[in-house]
Amino acid sequence: MKKLKLIGIMVISLIFISATLYLFVFSLQGRKRLIVSTTTSLYDTGLLDLIEEEFEDKYAIDISFISVGTGQAIEYAKRGDADLILVHAPSAEYEFLTEGYGVCRKIIAYNFFVIVGPASDPAQIKDKNVTCALQRIVECGHSGKVVWVSRGDNSGTHLKEKALWMSAGLNWTQLKDEGSWFIESGTGMGKTLLIANEKEAYTLSDIGTYLKYYSEGRISLQILVGQSKGLLNVYSVMAVNPKKVPTVNFKDAITFIKFLISEECQTLIENFKKDEYGQNLFYPAVNLLKNDSDSVIADWIKEYAFFNGTECPQEYWDGHPELYS
Amino acid sequence: MVSEIFEGLRRAIEMIISGNPAVIDATLRSLYVSGTATLLALVWSLPIGIIIGSKNFRGKRLLKGTFNALLGIPTVGLGLILYLMFSKSGPLGMFHMLYKPTAIIIGQAILITPIMVSFSANAIEAVGTEVKDLAKTLGASEAEASMAVLREALPGVTLAVIASFNRAIAELGIALMLGGNIAGLTRVLTTSIALETTRGNFELGIALTIILLLIVFSLNFAVNMLKREQT
Repeated sequence: MKKLKLIGIMVISLIFISATLYLFVFSLQGRKRLIVSTTTSLYDTGLLDLIEEEFEDKYAIDISFISVGTGQAIEYAKRGDADLILVHAPSAEYEFLTEGYGVCRKIIAYNFFVIVGPASDPAQIKDKNVTCALQRIVECGHSGKVVWVSRGDNSGTHLKEKALWMSAGLNWTQLKDEGSWFIESGTGMGKTLLIANEKEAYTLSDIGTYLKYYSEGRISLQILVGQSKGLLNVYSVMAVNPKKVPTVNFKDAITFIKFLISEECQTLIENFKKDEYGQNLFYPAVNLLKNDSDSVIADWIKEYAFFNGTECPQEYWDGHPELYS
Repeated sequence: MVSEIFEGLRRAIEMIISGNPAVIDATLRSLYVSGTATLLALVWSLPIGIIIGSKNFRGKRLLKGTFNALLGIPTVGLGLILYLMFSKSGPLGMFHMLYKPTAIIIGQAILITPIMVSFSANAIEAVGTEVKDLAKTLGASEAEASMAVLREALPGVTLAVIASFNRAIAELGIALMLGGNIAGLTRVLTTSIALETTRGNFELGIALTIILLLIVFSLNFAVNMLKREQT
């Protein structure tokens, strides 16, 4: 009986010792660390895991992605807890630059948000333009025919939604108090889609999360308004200014930015899950902006995500003009 | 719903048998982080528990009440407070602990301190002063008498440790806020579950949950076996 007890103790301590040893051996000793705060909608697609793998093969730098909402990602960077941010909210990015926190901004990719809803489309918004679609949804909402689900969590997608209501001449803050037809989910995109699906409601989604849920048969909502100017979604990267936040790892941040805009990584972005979904999840933006190869979309990006006619005004180049040649 | 749980169960078994590296990594890290946190918390919680459980002093009820109330502290809230402390621009920023396992260990140790203190104080109180008095009359020193009490209260203290470990390994907020859920560095079981859920991989989430439950169950089982041996 004593023996049994001894074995028990040995097994328990062996588990903990082996766990500790394992982690000690595989811990990131000697490699430099780069912390990237990014948005959940981007991280959740899995694209960044792939980029991390390719990057770490080439460089002795360990990337740590912290996936949070856009607001939180920016706040982390300001506090010195991230070296780089990868986000999709031009207005917030502009503020981040002008406050002196961000430098070396590069637009790396884009895609489109989608307005999704039930296949029966009671508000008849299919292929309408965004403004018209939203106005119809409000009209039908008032007469109790349709429901809209809003993220309500200050995420990049939610900020986009607010801006869309604004451009349709409506005010999100007023809409959300209108009652039963306007629901605030207060949670991530996936759960919001499930709620919208359950209620046969309309909502705004990023394409990545939608395709994932749709292709797995979790939702039957359809894309009703897709690729159009108003729904453009632009991802860009910025390093944290070492003059403002001295503790950041600026050198490796620049290395990572250069990798993101390299031909190799841009191809990776282009092809990511393209075969699986039969359509692009992301489109690379670097060559498009450099060569004006698809001028309509390039113009949309410039109008939506450029500041003073450029992706990054010269005073924020921070000694790295090679990024912009 | 049922199909997802069954699919999850199947995936869990599959992943354990095939030794899925991401799952093994998260599982071992969970064990390491929460195990260390439990040991760390024990260092200060047990003495506090002994004092509260065996001594009478002014403000004892208030202290006990405080620890009891802190049992319900929300992990996200505690995580946020500790994040602000550990942040580079926070008071403890110079130690560079954020986004490392150490930060989660400290956070979880603080989280489970109230459980350990309350449970062990109650266990020791239940043994009563008789044991201590008896030991003293038999010529034991104060420290020896305390040890005698502790020995009597051992089942209750063990329960305190197990409950603490379970709370630590099952919590999400602190691991997320202080660890950042970084793959291969601070990703533990609970943060993996949260991530796979937002990614829409529900079966994988269920599979990881089953693994977490298996750990908790087998550990409790092992401890129960030990206790049975003792009595």
